[in-house]
Amino acid sequence: MAAFIIRRIVQAFVVMFIISSIGFAVKHNVGDPVWQITGISVSKAERERIREDLGLNDPVYIQYIDFLKKAAHGDLGKSYFYKKPAADVILDKAPATLELVLVSSLIIVVLSVPLGIYAAIYPKRLFSRVIMGGSIVGVSIPVFLIAIMGVYLFSVQLGWLPSFGRGETVNVGGWRTGFLTADGWRHLILPSLSLSSIMLPLFIRLIRSEMMEVLESDYIRYAWAKGLNRYRIWFLHAFKNTLLPVITVGGVQLGITIAFTILTETVFQWQGLGFLFMEAVERSDTALLVAYLMFVGMIMVVVNTVVDIIYGVVNPTVRITGAA
Amino acid sequence: MSVLLQVEDLTVNFALRTGDLTALNGVSFALNEGERLGLVGESGAGKSVAGFAIINLISKPGYIAGGRVLFQGEEISALPQEAIRRIRGNRISMVFQDPMMTLNPVLTIGTQMVETLQAHRDIGPSEAAAIAADKLRKVHIPSPEKRLRQYPHEFSGGMRQRIIIAVALLNDPQLIIADEPTTALDVTIQAEIMDLFLELCEQSRMGLMLITHDLAVVSETTEKIAVMYAGKIVEEGRTGDVVRSPRHPYTQGLIAALPQGEHRGTRLNQIPGTMPTLTRIPPGCSFHPRCPHVMAVCARREPASLPVDYPGGGQGVVACHLFDPQRHDE
Amino acid sequence: MMDHWQRFKASDLFYDFKRDKVAIVSFAVFVLLFVCAFSAPLIAPYNPYDPANIDIMSSEIPPVWMAGGMDDYILGTDAQGRDLLSTMIYGMRISIVIGLCAVLLQAVIGIVIGLIAGYYGGKLDGFFMRLADVQLSFSYLMVAIFVSAVLQAAVGVGRFAEIAVPFLIIVIGLAQWPQYARTVRASVLAEKKKEYVEAARVTGFNSHRIMWRHILPNCMSPILVLSTIQVANAVMSEAALSFLGLGMPVTRPSLGSLINAGFEYIFSGSWWITAFPGLLLVILVLAVNLLGDFLRDVLNPKLYKG
Repeated sequence: MAAFIIRRIVQAFVVMFIISSIGFAVKHNVGDPVWQITGISVSKAERERIREDLGLNDPVYIQYIDFLKKAAHGDLGKSYFYKKPAADVILDKAPATLELVLVSSLIIVVLSVPLGIYAAIYPKRLFSRVIMGGSIVGVSIPVFLIAIMGVYLFSVQLGWLPSFGRGETVNVGGWRTGFLTADGWRHLILPSLSLSSIMLPLFIRLIRSEMMEVLESDYIRYAWAKGLNRYRIWFLHAFKNTLLPVITVGGVQLGITIAFTILTETVFQWQGLGFLFMEAVERSDTALLVAYLMFVGMIMVVVNTVVDIIYGVVNPTVRITGAA
Repeated sequence: MSVLLQVEDLTVNFALRTGDLTALNGVSFALNEGERLGLVGESGAGKSVAGFAIINLISKPGYIAGGRVLFQGEEISALPQEAIRRIRGNRISMVFQDPMMTLNPVLTIGTQMVETLQAHRDIGPSEAAAIAADKLRKVHIPSPEKRLRQYPHEFSGGMRQRIIIAVALLNDPQLIIADEPTTALDVTIQAEIMDLFLELCEQSRMGLMLITHDLAVVSETTEKIAVMYAGKIVEEGRTGDVVRSPRHPYTQGLIAALPQGEHRGTRLNQIPGTMPTLTRIPPGCSFHPRCPHVMAVCARREPASLPVDYPGGGQGVVACHLFDPQRHDE
Repeated sequence: MMDHWQRFKASDLFYDFKRDKVAIVSFAVFVLLFVCAFSAPLIAPYNPYDPANIDIMSSEIPPVWMAGGMDDYILGTDAQGRDLLSTMIYGMRISIVIGLCAVLLQAVIGIVIGLIAGYYGGKLDGFFMRLADVQLSFSYLMVAIFVSAVLQAAVGVGRFAEIAVPFLIIVIGLAQWPQYARTVRASVLAEKKKEYVEAARVTGFNSHRIMWRHILPNCMSPILVLSTIQVANAVMSEAALSFLGLGMPVTRPSLGSLINAGFEYIFSGSWWITAFPGLLLVILVLAVNLLGDFLRDVLNPKLYKG
């Protein structure tokens, strides 16, 4: 098990290294940092002095090492728009996005597991057909369209729910949370439902098809032949085996969710990382773009590594051999 | 000696979109308490279906289309789901073909044994674990207490089949249905497992229904034999009688195909042709296209099951027009 | 050709297709949309690319059945004053072109890599599969968004608009090749064990010939199923990028950019600018997805999960 975890962590570092290289390449090639610091009205000599100060005249590999060193200390450069370190801006906006992802993940898990299992156990029942029919429609509607429909229906037409922003938030030790106020929750409803709208049907379909495959297996037939209670067969014997592929795919999907936060946050002007990212794109705020890349890359790598390790814990064959 | 299991005219169909297929066509046989029966046939003859049909565990799109199963006098084929569940793994246990696929890979051996006990008896986990360890010892697995905490992949195929046999013994069943229990194993381990079965059956006077394609194994282990061909039983009798003087041309072919000790180096006799698939069962006697004694009537009429006598006074049943006294050679 | 058609008509695929109403309807819808999209200049009432049709005075006219609707504009006009129906048909053409070309690109890259990795195995296989792992562990949409954002920042919005179509094809195409590579590789590994490949090898066929003429045809059903899913994904990805303003510009809108352009007008009640393109996008993707589901059920290939 230890060997397995170490391998996964080494792999995570390799991937982080690749991401940082991309980050550096972007920083090095896109946008003029001097211009971003000073604006246009600066003399040529002054520019040259700043270039020298910033180390922009050093060989590329020295700049790269410098970039890595700083990044390791959490220094990802300065956002020219916010006039403060990009890492600080990112950390300031991160809670909004993380809370959004958390709530939608909960919605996805709480709904997809029972619905997926039901559709697998009773594939011919009417309700299962409704679930499957609904899920194929669900995967065919883009997240931003669901979000827009939600805004039009519940905000513009009915006026029940707010259409943008996080509402009232409370600062808990530097973490601005919307969980502690009713207003915050009201603002969370539409964005989190929209964000879960694409993954929920995917998860239902995944759980159903994996579970159906497991239900056909010899060991499930054997479990029936042992005279076990049907609920034990479904929820222990079959579901535990269904979990393995669901965890692997689930990890990848969670990564995809982060991409969808950009879409959701854009529609709802949710002041999180996705919104920040699109602002940075419009303002060509390179430092912020790179910081976003590094931060999101790190989250994905951490999530994938954790998912792999959880997989190892659930799957007894990995635990012993140390190889996956 | 009282009858343990009686199968009468059992028929299993598979509902396919092109119509129903008959996998088991009016099968009847009986087994006494403590008796060992071999159900023999080529793969696809319907042997496994028969085994699963007894405990009403036919998976879709299959269904039991007719006939009945009596177990210790009770018609278990008519029981509701919950009642038949109480019989499965309790009074009738099953041993599956491939030990690598039978045990649940993500649960420990202990869990899979304890749950089988708790499904049928009201006992605590530690008491159940003690029984489980005891049964593992019975199938000659060393340090069973430690083994209970391990997962299936930590055992070899032969060990796993022993564990599966131990699981089958947990609730002291009256009947074990073993579906090709040695086919997936190495040849050397096959004999060990069969010896184990014999030893256990004799110890606790359990009935055994051994489903196999291997006539040699059956002739060494069982008292009774039923030969299946294309979903039907073509011959049934005492093992010694049937092996010594088979009556049905198909059984004769099977016996002739066995490697004989005294004729080493001679060619094995193969029955010409192959068994028909379920979609292409010929009319009349399904064996007639391959039969060396085929007559005009064979292609027209299905033979009835007829009583036959074996040399030495043994009695049996055979489904072949050759033995029909009222046969008119049309 | 006739021979192929006869064989197809006798196949299981066609048999099941005839019996599946959902599959027939979704196939018909897809063909209809496809034909409409590619005959856009013939059937669209107006040409949205013609600057003469941009007129702010006629902007936000509602559909013909609503108060204020005009017979000239059946589904109303967008914020630029263009006929919405015409703009949608042209937009759908862009969405379909990008979707199909991107999938073609993915398929070519993925199939070649999958064949090579599966057939030769060893270090080459290890390298490509690690690469596929790493790439799949990142959200392809995230990668596409980031690359588009950086490129837009690097070349400027105006220049970006000119190269948007080939760029979107490349970025969506490159992001998804591992799906094909893994599926093809798995099929190759399964096929490689079979006798006919062994026979072809023994008879001295060279490896290229074995791969292209013998193994690849047997990987066709998973590739077909995967491609259907991927076309739906690619169309959705393009829509997402365009919605974020990282794809097609408003002057040559795809369905995604039309939805984006219409979004701010829903607050003033002009819902149709968003709703009709959105509906068309959903119908297009749904038809493709339903076809994919049908193919998966019938062909039942082993797809690589992930």
